[in-house]
Amino acid sequence: MSRLQEKYALELLENGKRIDGRKFEEFRKITVEKGVVQKAEGSALVNVGMTKVVAGVKLEIGEPFSDAPGEGVLIVNCEFSPIASPDFEAGPPGEDAVELARVVDRALRESKCIQLDKLAISPEKVFMIFIDLYVLNHHGNLLDASALAATAALTNTRIPKVEDGEIIRGEFTGSLPVVFKPVVVSVCKIGNRFLIDPILEEESVIESRLAVGIRDDNKICALQKQGSGTFKFEDVERMIDIAVAKSRELRSFLA
Amino acid sequence: MKKEVKLFVNGRRVDSRLPEQLRPIDMKVGVVSRADGSAEVRFGNTVAMASAYGPRELYPRFLQEEEAGILRVRYNMVPFSVDERKSPGPDRRSMEISKVMRLAIEPAIFLEDFPKATVDVFVDILQADGSTRVTGINAASLALASAGVPMRDLVSACSVGKIESTLVVDLNGVEDNNSESDMAVAMMAGRGEITLLQMDGELDKEEVMKLLSFARENCRKIYELQKQVLKEYREGE
Repeated sequence: MSRLQEKYALELLENGKRIDGRKFEEFRKITVEKGVVQKAEGSALVNVGMTKVVAGVKLEIGEPFSDAPGEGVLIVNCEFSPIASPDFEAGPPGEDAVELARVVDRALRESKCIQLDKLAISPEKVFMIFIDLYVLNHHGNLLDASALAATAALTNTRIPKVEDGEIIRGEFTGSLPVVFKPVVVSVCKIGNRFLIDPILEEESVIESRLAVGIRDDNKICALQKQGSGTFKFEDVERMIDIAVAKSRELRSFLA
Repeated sequence: MKKEVKLFVNGRRVDSRLPEQLRPIDMKVGVVSRADGSAEVRFGNTVAMASAYGPRELYPRFLQEEEAGILRVRYNMVPFSVDERKSPGPDRRSMEISKVMRLAIEPAIFLEDFPKATVDVFVDILQADGSTRVTGINAASLALASAGVPMRDLVSACSVGKIESTLVVDLNGVEDNNSESDMAVAMMAGRGEITLLQMDGELDKEEVMKLLSFARENCRKIYELQKQVLKEYREGE
């Protein structure tokens, strides 16, 4: 990002305007396409403006966590592939990718969107649900796009047939029991203004943001402050209000 | 099935605290003679130790920033700090915590005063019994202040949450593992600015705000303790 672009983005935001002419509480054009990866048990491709994330769900057989016997296991992973941005480097996930995966994980897990207790195969064996998030083009707001892709992919996931303790790939017995559709809305703070869905140029000048994981019944299931700025007490309430209001719009793309 | 743990008996918590009561807190400054600044903070059985170094020159040179210094924070749980040995070295959890701790502390430091330099803070959790990241932030903040790093304010942190439908302050390990929600908050209490906010669970907005006000109130108490211990340390020097 050049200094000039940053300065331009900042000047506009301080005057209540955005580079692409959107309102402060307006998403870019969003599309969600499910079932895009043939080999995955579930998948979704999400475009938020030029930002593109694909989520793939694979089911494996494994052992439950010792503190949750008889329950399926959910694992979220994220990679920022160098194909998506000159700023991404090859190698094991860095702290930003790890943080993104962990926030998406918490939003899904804490919302109890999947009935994990219905994923036992035998007393010792359960289904493990691996959600892998791949960023294909980074143009800002990766977290909201990734969470949307993850939830969309889960609603698209089929449970494979199991015979003699082995998964029969390509044959299915039903759909994953998904009972909620949590989404994440990140609300960004600049001066005394709040905005959603920042593009890359805006992200580089925003000092702080609050990612809010929200369930269908408006319950807050995850919060994560990001960035090196600070919030006032009242900011948090305002940001949650904006996030909850916008969550319905985001969820409408999951229908 | 999950083992059922009773978290309240006659309105008292497993360690006989009331819902809005902090555990006994102990803070010491200057515990590592080789570090520029250091501190040990105990919240009940949770023990965090922090050492701060700098501002010092940053190498390799390509990491240097022209206009401001950088802050590096490492959160680390030692292998014997938990029931089942934790294998040493960073994992995904500690990577995330190190990042959010850095962002919780960064706003308090006048990084613009020392371009090309770094301030490093290392936080080791020696004993884990819940709320380790906030205990670590309190220790890190004291370590930085005692190192003489120029700061806008101290950073004070505490955890809040919901257990058995009751909103509580400063979760211990058992409560943390069985909580309906938990939230970690750090503030520059003197300025009323929130620098860390993480929550997971299932809360409505009113509960979030109520918990945040509990956190604010207790961060102020912790802030007073931090100032007191720093004052005594300076006088003793």
